[in-house]
Amino acid sequence: MPLSTPIIRTLSLFLFLIAWFGLAMIADDATVLPSPLALVEPFWTELMSGDLLYHLWRTVMRVIVAFCIALGAGIVIGFLMGTRPKLDRWLDPWLVVFLNLPALVLIVLCYLWIGLNEIAAITAVALNKIPGVASIIREGARALQSDLKSMAIVFRVRPATYLRHFVVPQLAPFIAGASRSGIAVIWKVVLVVEFLGRSNGIGFQVHLYFQLFDVAMVLVYSLSFIIFMLAIEWFLLQPIENKVQAWRHA
Amino acid sequence: MIFVDIKAKYFGATEVLKDVSFELQQGRCLAILGKSGIGKTTLLRLVAGIDTDFEGTIRRPDVMAIVFQEPTLLLWRTALENIRIIHPHLSETIAREMLARVGLKDKVDVYPRQLSLGQQRRLSLARAFAGRPQLLILDEPFASLDTTTANEMIALTKTLVDEVAPATLFVTHDKDETRLLADEILELV
Repeated sequence: MPLSTPIIRTLSLFLFLIAWFGLAMIADDATVLPSPLALVEPFWTELMSGDLLYHLWRTVMRVIVAFCIALGAGIVIGFLMGTRPKLDRWLDPWLVVFLNLPALVLIVLCYLWIGLNEIAAITAVALNKIPGVASIIREGARALQSDLKSMAIVFRVRPATYLRHFVVPQLAPFIAGASRSGIAVIWKVVLVVEFLGRSNGIGFQVHLYFQLFDVAMVLVYSLSFIIFMLAIEWFLLQPIENKVQAWRHA
Repeated sequence: MIFVDIKAKYFGATEVLKDVSFELQQGRCLAILGKSGIGKTTLLRLVAGIDTDFEGTIRRPDVMAIVFQEPTLLLWRTALENIRIIHPHLSETIAREMLARVGLKDKVDVYPRQLSLGQQRRLSLARAFAGRPQLLILDEPFASLDTTTANEMIALTKTLVDEVAPATLFVTHDKDETRLLADEILELV
């Protein structure tokens, strides 16, 4: 009997845990690789003291704000580039430059130019992701069906209606793709931003415990955040995507 | 009334249409014949206002409708929504009646992909007539249908054209279709 996806998912994660246990036993040194069980107690302490939730909250807020800015700006830029070939020719070299600018360089420059503050942190993260979102949405905008546009012209469809019922549904798969790849990159970049120049957030805690050589606490903070982001992916993003795409499978 | 006087239409340096002019009264149907590549579709796009880059004058009414060879539906909206999004002023009752007229009474809440090609074409026909157009443009709407379906579609179109009485512009390859629908013929050479 073939196994269903949730069972395979659970089994796979279970195998990962077993491998971790095995490696921890071989290493036999809790300062190098503590076993999963050894993390339970520090995790509980951090949770009860409120530190874990505080830092998680700060990081999540940065992720949300940066994500909204990157997605909003990326969609607008990508749509304009995809539908206006002249503008596309002018902006394309910029896009290539920003796509190839390492995240670290942007972060350091933002901190140097704007200062070690929240605005610099969010700007750095958003700037990292805008080009990626724009290039995905541009492909979607280029693929907009011209016959539907002709139909809309003849029937005098109002611009707002055209945007909502013609453009957005055609771009939906591209927006969904950009969102998922966007959130995956953004939450990683946010940690780097916090590591380099913030005094709270998961990235800051990882930096702190890195300096103290406390592997267990580094794992506690990073795993909490990974689990949180996976939960968002599975219980928020995937269901939304399935709902939006329902007409394809009808 | 539709007034068309096209002096010239170029694609790049190539002249595709030259000195085409005609008038069309309300309730009349003009068939446009001609070999493929002669510029029939280009002419339709100019008259419909899809393409505005040409030399000459075209006067057209405000309420227009078009039926393409492909159904050109919003695949992500139901049959009823496909009518109501295009004609926001129509009540739901009238939109439902229109769907019933073309034999899609039971398909109101169905997505276009779940309809057969013949049904999709009829939905596209319902969408065109729902707005009671003053100018109706038909771009080979019966092509690539089997004979029975094509005949049904032609009969349905004729009934609706007689009822709504728009000025109709009709592009086709088929002389039989022309005899059934057209009052006048314009042959592009």
